[in-house]
Amino acid sequence: MLKILKYSFYDLMRSRWSYVYFAFYLALGFVLLFLNNDVSKAVITLMNIIIVLTPMIGTIFGVMYYYNSKEFTELLLAQPINRNKIFMGQYLGISLSLTLSLVLGLGIPFIAYGLFKSSAIFDFSLLLVIGSFLNFIFVALSYNIALSTENKIKGFGYAILMWLFFAVIYDGIFLISLVMFDQYPLDKFSLIATMSNPIDLSRILILLKLDISALLGYTGAVFRKFFGTNLGMFLSISILVMWVVLPVIRMNFKLRKKDF
Amino acid sequence: MLRGGLILVFLSLGFLGQAKKIEVCSTCEISSIKKAVEVAKDGDVIFVKKGIYKENSIEIYKSITIYGEVGTIVDGSNKEGIFIISANNFTIRNLKIINVGISYIKEQSAIKVFKSNNFTIKNIVLANVYFGFLIEKSHFGKIINNTVSSLAKNEANSGNGIHIWHSSNVEVEGNEVFGMRDGIYFEFVTQSKIHNNFSHNNIRYGLHFMFSNNDTYYNNEFKNNGAGVAVMFSKFIKMYQNKFIHNWGSASYGLLLKEIYDAEIYNNIFQENTIGIKGEGCNRINYKNNTFLRNGWAIKIAGACYANIFEYNDFLHNSLDLSYDTKVNDNKFENNYWSEYTGYDLDKDGIGDIPYRPVKLFSYIVNRTPEALVLLRSLFVDIINFSEKVSPVFTPDDLMDINPVMKRIND
Repeated sequence: MLKILKYSFYDLMRSRWSYVYFAFYLALGFVLLFLNNDVSKAVITLMNIIIVLTPMIGTIFGVMYYYNSKEFTELLLAQPINRNKIFMGQYLGISLSLTLSLVLGLGIPFIAYGLFKSSAIFDFSLLLVIGSFLNFIFVALSYNIALSTENKIKGFGYAILMWLFFAVIYDGIFLISLVMFDQYPLDKFSLIATMSNPIDLSRILILLKLDISALLGYTGAVFRKFFGTNLGMFLSISILVMWVVLPVIRMNFKLRKKDF
Repeated sequence: MLRGGLILVFLSLGFLGQAKKIEVCSTCEISSIKKAVEVAKDGDVIFVKKGIYKENSIEIYKSITIYGEVGTIVDGSNKEGIFIISANNFTIRNLKIINVGISYIKEQSAIKVFKSNNFTIKNIVLANVYFGFLIEKSHFGKIINNTVSSLAKNEANSGNGIHIWHSSNVEVEGNEVFGMRDGIYFEFVTQSKIHNNFSHNNIRYGLHFMFSNNDTYYNNEFKNNGAGVAVMFSKFIKMYQNKFIHNWGSASYGLLLKEIYDAEIYNNIFQENTIGIKGEGCNRINYKNNTFLRNGWAIKIAGACYANIFEYNDFLHNSLDLSYDTKVNDNKFENNYWSEYTGYDLDKDGIGDIPYRPVKLFSYIVNRTPEALVLLRSLFVDIINFSEKVSPVFTPDDLMDINPVMKRIND
């Protein structure tokens, strides 16, 4: 598995898209910090971008890589190597290279602008951890979709739809149900609804760490009480881990039966 | 001629002799402040030398001056209040007063003044007190350069720093108040000035203002207070050049205005408050040249606010600029700077060519369903805000800044 991981990792690291992605984050970080020299303010702006963009890039990269390297994968499958190892190697290769682009691309400008002297270092590392989680989650989800769909175009379509669902449609349904049922106590509902979407969960985790938390009023108090405790933090991190583990398990399950 | 001169000399001698100076110290003839007050006459001066004086309930009904030096400490031993004064033309200054006990029956304070005119309280340091200065039914007083602090833990067993009730023409200047329930408390106080004070880290309000008309407050700083500043049920107030900073909390305001008529609010800075200004039942207020920086809500207007004018204010990076409860709009927003304004200025006259709508659809939804706030900064919310901006359906139609300014005004 490590060998395949190594190959796909190097393959991706050499590819143009990794550089573009890395350069994009590098430019973004420098421009943000250049425009408002304040590290802690830049973290807020960055949150908006990471939460929308990382899942999207993860999704597209995952699907693209699967379909592009299909022939090579089939060649590998002809060798006496365990299937799970091939695909896990590829999956980890993509996720790691994306995460590396993210961490280095944003880390370098922030360190250059004195992150270590700033109080925002904790918020920033939380942001990077959550960004990495989102990478792993959405690559796994898109790999699932790609594995289940033979047709390339369909696969792409489903993957984009999946991203759209988590990033936009889910929140729409969430908001409508909040407005519809506003006669009922909604804090438990909103807590659960937030927890079950990785993008929402990441957004709330970052928002609560930032000063905006007090704005959330009564609901915010419920949220802060929950996420502020060790149990809440542990639970939300474990839900993020679940979001990685479950798709990976399904991927392995699917692989065993799939006829290439 | 000679006789007249002699009479003058005698008279002046007589006056000099009358203003006696009484010294108090542990080894002096008079070793307690209470004793000194007893022997003093109107116009006398009591000098309290350094040392610790454990005294309570020093009652003063004479027009005298009491002052101390560095190291003069009056210790109330956590029992009753310390100075109780009812006299005209008195001065008390340069003392340190500590340890006034908590009482649930009496408002025990370091210095209580009632039914007095022309008083001066200056350079007094209060520490660990229940109430600091308690001024009742007094007029023409000055409270200058004092420091009031305590270790208040909750609202029920803590008192106010500078508490003024039913008075007029009082000047509160240059004080620092922290760790109390309310920093400065005004009730039924008229024609008074509050300026250059620093009120911070109080449990409830930095400044609490009730039924007090025709007052002015300026150059004050209110920071980190539990609920910010509350101004209620008052008319003709002027507030300018104040700073309202970092009043964070789920029920916290920079400035809470309730039933305020005909006020002038200008040149203030509201920075990092949950709600910059919350207005309820406020009419005919002019908001001019204020800066709203990084607040949760810059302005939240509840019902019954009419004929208010918002002009030349800077709205910078607030999560939500304006929240509005009703569909009716009788307030005027004009010539403000909005950092979220995305319009253009083709004729380069410094004023945007298309109007700005400060109320977003999301802030309208949050007003109706507060729980929806968990969706703040979600992509979906940005999308619906955009579509509402293009064609307003839910937010008040006419609520807009027709002439938004392109550059920061109050830099």
